[in-house]
Amino acid sequence: MAIIRLENMCCGYGSRTILHDISFTVEKPEYICVVGPNGVGKSTLIRTLNGLLKPSSGIIELNDRPLASYTQKEVAKIVGYVPVLNSDFNIMTVLETVLIGRYSHQRWRTTQGDLDIAYKALQAMEIEDLAQCMFNELSAGQKQKVSIARGLVQEPSVLMLDEPTANLDIRHQVYVSAFLKELSERTQITVFTVSHDLNLASKYADRIILMERPGKICAIGTPQEIITRSNIRRVYGVDCTISDDMGTPHVVLQDVLEVSLDRR
Amino acid sequence: MASPIITKAVDAWVNKEVTFKEEMQEYRRSTFLKLMFIAVCAVGVVLVAGYTLTIGDYPIGFWHSYEVLWGHLTGNIADETEDFIIWKVRTPRIMTGVIAGIGLAICGTVMQSILKNPLADAYATGVSSGASFGATLAIAMGFNVVGIGGYAIVANAFVFSLIPVMVILAVAKMRGASPVTMIMAGIAIMYVFNATTTLIKLSVSEATLASIFDWSVGSLDNSSWQQVYIMSLFVLSGFVVMQLSSRKLNVLSTGDESAKSIGINSNRLRMLCMFVVSLMAASIVSFTGMIGFIGLVCPHIVRYIVGSDNRFLIPASAAFGAVLLTAADVIGRTVIAPDMIPVGVITSFIGGPLFLWLIIKRKKEVW
Repeated sequence: MAIIRLENMCCGYGSRTILHDISFTVEKPEYICVVGPNGVGKSTLIRTLNGLLKPSSGIIELNDRPLASYTQKEVAKIVGYVPVLNSDFNIMTVLETVLIGRYSHQRWRTTQGDLDIAYKALQAMEIEDLAQCMFNELSAGQKQKVSIARGLVQEPSVLMLDEPTANLDIRHQVYVSAFLKELSERTQITVFTVSHDLNLASKYADRIILMERPGKICAIGTPQEIITRSNIRRVYGVDCTISDDMGTPHVVLQDVLEVSLDRR
Repeated sequence: MASPIITKAVDAWVNKEVTFKEEMQEYRRSTFLKLMFIAVCAVGVVLVAGYTLTIGDYPIGFWHSYEVLWGHLTGNIADETEDFIIWKVRTPRIMTGVIAGIGLAICGTVMQSILKNPLADAYATGVSSGASFGATLAIAMGFNVVGIGGYAIVANAFVFSLIPVMVILAVAKMRGASPVTMIMAGIAIMYVFNATTTLIKLSVSEATLASIFDWSVGSLDNSSWQQVYIMSLFVLSGFVVMQLSSRKLNVLSTGDESAKSIGINSNRLRMLCMFVVSLMAASIVSFTGMIGFIGLVCPHIVRYIVGSDNRFLIPASAAFGAVLLTAADVIGRTVIAPDMIPVGVITSFIGGPLFLWLIIKRKKEVW
């Protein structure tokens, strides 16, 4: 059984196609990280997988069923989505914000079960002390952790996070990445993240999807297979050296290379 | 091999047993306090309404006015004059105040939520400018789209007050229902209506101008049961729709993208709310004229007390709006009795300083 299956999927906004012939399969719960340059369609990919964008052609299946046959509420019970942190006003407390993640499970009343799950998510993100604080008063990093907690309380079997470590300091970048990895292993959840940090992706992801212009998959595989000097030169136009950190490739950036306009 | 801190964090998530801390108990306590606030406001409405029944040239005591009211409801009318004054004259006025207070406060609460704008109120869709234009047309030119004799001005105001929201919804349909698009479309249409109203005012006699002014000042004078029934129909149905949408409004506050991913069509929700709110506001403004500040201030004050969870915020605002408007009417009718100050002036006089005090004293960053 495939948790996620994409075959020759194309997608875009209006007449502009962003993603071209995307194909890959996720067969078992794992931690997958999508990396690639700005504007290559990483967030578009995650939005398409989540049902927010309809593909113009190709196949998307979730648990062996076409994604189009699910209602968005049904998708929400399987896929938890944590969008990139936006500047929208949120005038609720941290706890109220996290409880919103229970929407698809909950009726009108907040039950003790909802509160239990929300508390566990806050504890897991080390922010239980902020429960009664106003969301607007938090730092960007704290807001990010609240958003992740909100994704967790959906109790999804697939958790998709768009740049979950953006805005976080190094401790919390490592904390969140390690947590997601451990979560994926112990609870059999598929974690799907978009990231710009190749070293975090390399250290924690089971598989990396490397995307290149114009919205294509350059390579999919283990960090050892993907994080190579030639791939990084080709996709990012940046020279680097790859060192070995106890079996994990570690990127040491060198210099910017001349690249043609369509690759920039 | 994960570090002990990460293992502990995942343990916390996986663990079935939950040891609650103070913060979570606080949530339960605060839910109780929110319900208490709504109950206190509801009792407040009854008490203020009872006091309002005693105000007027014909003296009727506080408890006796309740007796007269009860007598009418149970069919035991002791004194025809007292019954007429209480039931036909004073009660419709109070009910108009209560319904208008409920409606304006809900409209403001919902508009601030869907437009993510603390300055939004019941009239943010240009309802008042449309109503004002419609009423001016009827008063100045006798133009009347619906042709209902005694209610010509009201019917005209109601019909025209819905034009701005129709334009906003049409623009939203074409360009997407983002808060900014909706606010800008509302402002654009409001200026057009205001300019046209001013143009008409320039060409009419002083007496007509005075009539237009009288209409536009928010007041509860000349209330009738028929008016109460019509307003109640719109306001109470709107209340039900908004209360049923309150959880969706909560989700919307975390951003459109999150809302869509959970299965809420944010554009459709925003357009539905705007339409319902406009109907509510139109039904109020057509009968009472512009009563300012209730729709703006009530949600803010209540948000400081009960928080921003719309499941509680909407009914709490409604109850507080009813108290504030009926109390403002009492003040307007007593401070310079036997003369009266229109309730719209009083609400602004109370609301302005109260709002300022809240801004200075606030402990938490709500907006």
